[in-house]
Amino acid sequence: MAAPCMSCGAAASYRLFLAGRVSFAREQGLWKAAASGLQTGTRCQILRLKHSPGVTKKNVAALRRESYTVDFIKKQIEEFNIGKRHLANMMGEDPETFTQEDVDRAITYLFPSGLFEKRARPIMKHPEEIFPKQRAIQWGDDGRPFHFLFYTGKQSYYSLMHEAYGKVLHVEERQDQLRAKGLFSEKPKTKDPIGSRWLIKEELEEMLVEKLSDQDYAQFTRLLERLSALPCDAAEEEFVGRFRRTVTIQSKKHLIEPLQYDEQGMAFSTGQGKRKTANAEAVVYGHGSGKIEINGVDYLLYFPVTQDREQLMFPFHFLDRLGKHDVTCTVSGGGRSSQAGAIRLAVARALCSFITEDEVEWMRQAGLLTTDPRVRERKKPGQEGARRKFTWKKR
Amino acid sequence: MKERRGTPNLHEVGRIMLKGMTRLVSRVHKLDPGRFLHLGTQASQCLVAHLNNQVPNESPRAISRTLENDPAKHGEQHVGRHYSIPAQDLETALPHGLPPRFVMQVKTFNEACLMVRKPALELLHYLKNTNFAHPAVRYVLYGEKGTGKTLSLCHIIHFCAKQDWLILHIPDAHLWVKNCRDLLQSTYNKQRFDQPLEASIWLKNFKTANERFLSQIKVQDKYVWNKRESTEKGSPLAEVVEQGIMRVRNATDAVGIVLKELKRQSSLGIFRLLVAVDGVNALWGRTTLKREDKSPIAPEELALIYNLRKMVKNDWQGGAIVLTVSQTGSLFKPRKAYLPQELLGKEGFDTLDPFIPILVSNYNPKEFEGCIQYYLENNWLQHEKAHTEEGKKELLFLSNRNPGLLERLCAYL
Repeated sequence: MAAPCMSCGAAASYRLFLAGRVSFAREQGLWKAAASGLQTGTRCQILRLKHSPGVTKKNVAALRRESYTVDFIKKQIEEFNIGKRHLANMMGEDPETFTQEDVDRAITYLFPSGLFEKRARPIMKHPEEIFPKQRAIQWGDDGRPFHFLFYTGKQSYYSLMHEAYGKVLHVEERQDQLRAKGLFSEKPKTKDPIGSRWLIKEELEEMLVEKLSDQDYAQFTRLLERLSALPCDAAEEEFVGRFRRTVTIQSKKHLIEPLQYDEQGMAFSTGQGKRKTANAEAVVYGHGSGKIEINGVDYLLYFPVTQDREQLMFPFHFLDRLGKHDVTCTVSGGGRSSQAGAIRLAVARALCSFITEDEVEWMRQAGLLTTDPRVRERKKPGQEGARRKFTWKKR
Repeated sequence: MKERRGTPNLHEVGRIMLKGMTRLVSRVHKLDPGRFLHLGTQASQCLVAHLNNQVPNESPRAISRTLENDPAKHGEQHVGRHYSIPAQDLETALPHGLPPRFVMQVKTFNEACLMVRKPALELLHYLKNTNFAHPAVRYVLYGEKGTGKTLSLCHIIHFCAKQDWLILHIPDAHLWVKNCRDLLQSTYNKQRFDQPLEASIWLKNFKTANERFLSQIKVQDKYVWNKRESTEKGSPLAEVVEQGIMRVRNATDAVGIVLKELKRQSSLGIFRLLVAVDGVNALWGRTTLKREDKSPIAPEELALIYNLRKMVKNDWQGGAIVLTVSQTGSLFKPRKAYLPQELLGKEGFDTLDPFIPILVSNYNPKEFEGCIQYYLENNWLQHEKAHTEEGKKELLFLSNRNPGLLERLCAYL
């Protein structure tokens, strides 16, 4: 699908990432999501919002590929800077020390949006991040291309591979020299496997401003792995480091409340939970017999349905602490199922104070500590419900 | 240990008993994302895949059965154990008294086993020490839904049958105040209504329960049924019952006569009378029955209810009255009500006052163990995790030791 667009457009070999529209495409958030998918070891389907320009072209034949000239980008950058200063002025801050985070905060304050999709909300970022990178004209007036690898089609990619391989050869040569001299020492490389990851294909394409195939990407990764496995010096480390990104470990963000003690010396801990419109607050006591009291009523009477009681059982059963804790909780709002879910979340959060960090991590992976983001979808005009359309009559 | 084997049971040989160590190993399995799907209504399917540690269990299990089949000899040491009721006792003493789920269980297991529990034992103790010269004492069994009030009542009835009492057992008074198809105007009293169907069914069951007494008791009045039939004074009660069964129109009157005669004659000391009513709060509640002009009928306008109320008053000697209040069949009462005050209403409470309330609560841990044991022995729990400690804990949690709920849960396993 990419082929027709590569060939058409005779004069310019502009690589357009966007189907004519500016925003969304290269938000960092997209990469993060994709990168974390890679981290778990599976190559998941990476969203391709913008590539395959052939997709959008069918309907909009009249729309030409928009090209952003260098002057245009420069003008946008100037406008952005001026706009930033105006914004700082509006917010009463000092224009000189107005950072991008301040800009984001100001925009969310001035344009509050209830949209769920974060990428659809108003943003104000540097034009470099918004407009896709484009290649300048790659040949001179005489028609001769500047780069020696221009006729390969993917000049940046092949030049990068060439450079990397040159470095590999260089390192191996140095190793041979050292071995010849007898000063060679087998130093095992210790690289931190968790803290960083290789660039994913989209990131690499964005960096090189070129389209790559999966095999190209695989080759590239293999070469870099080979390079990093050899004993390199600082320059090569820095070269490899350009293609690695750090990865944040999710669970460290979770705060664990310390245990509290009441008058009798019994340890207890509170937690709050939400699900749809139900709010629950639970107090879990350290030593007990497995009694659960909800709004002053025993849980057997409050939840006559077995399914709700199973939900309540889930955190305790997961941690093998079925008969060991007493729970007192209050819940309001929602229906029977959402109240059960809210209490489950509150209980799981409260239990975090009683257990080890590993178990907290397991609970998080089990999904016990995540608020369920599903809420009722609004009804749209012209439809009978959120998704259901009116009965279609042929005539 | 010999007495506990009813049938040889393979499960007991290879019990899977998890020690603490395996919990840690099993945690490794927990990280498998496929396991986290919450499984639906199959209650005991655990989320963790256990390793099978086939360690035969040496620690003492709860014994779930006892060979003592005579309720008179049941004592504290039998609490939590099941005793079986022989088949002919079942037919004679309890033709209509057992709750329907229990009847199904009896049919499945081919035996009727009741658990001995504290409230029943307490009642038995009182009954054994009743002074028959005093007016009949009223005992009210109350408790939340599914705690075992009806089955305790059946235990008492079995005891009394063994002791040769005359048993007047109304299985569910709620059935008499709702869903009645044919209401006739009473022949005896124009204000009241007859319920021929219910009365005749009850008479039949009463006959099977108390055959031997019916020929002994003699009627003390003459009753004229219609122009051609009448019952003379001095004829056995069996005739009245026969009349009621054959002539369905007069069944309600027959019931009324039976009740009156029994009340009168129990004070004489020929026999001892046990009045057992399940769901006695129906007598003072509301009914769902309506007259032809759609106006509601009060309970006292039903002849059966009117006579039963007279029975439940403690103005006679020579027996005992054991009652149960239940919300399950009741009309217009909130689900969470279980106290006698709430269910009987002011009128009923005043009429029944003074009475001895006996609370029937959920199983205590020993009884719970006994119940699970019983199911395991009968091979009722087929799930492989059912006899592990973990499985038991789950069942405990999910049913909160409520007998009725536990039975329903185990039905799925």
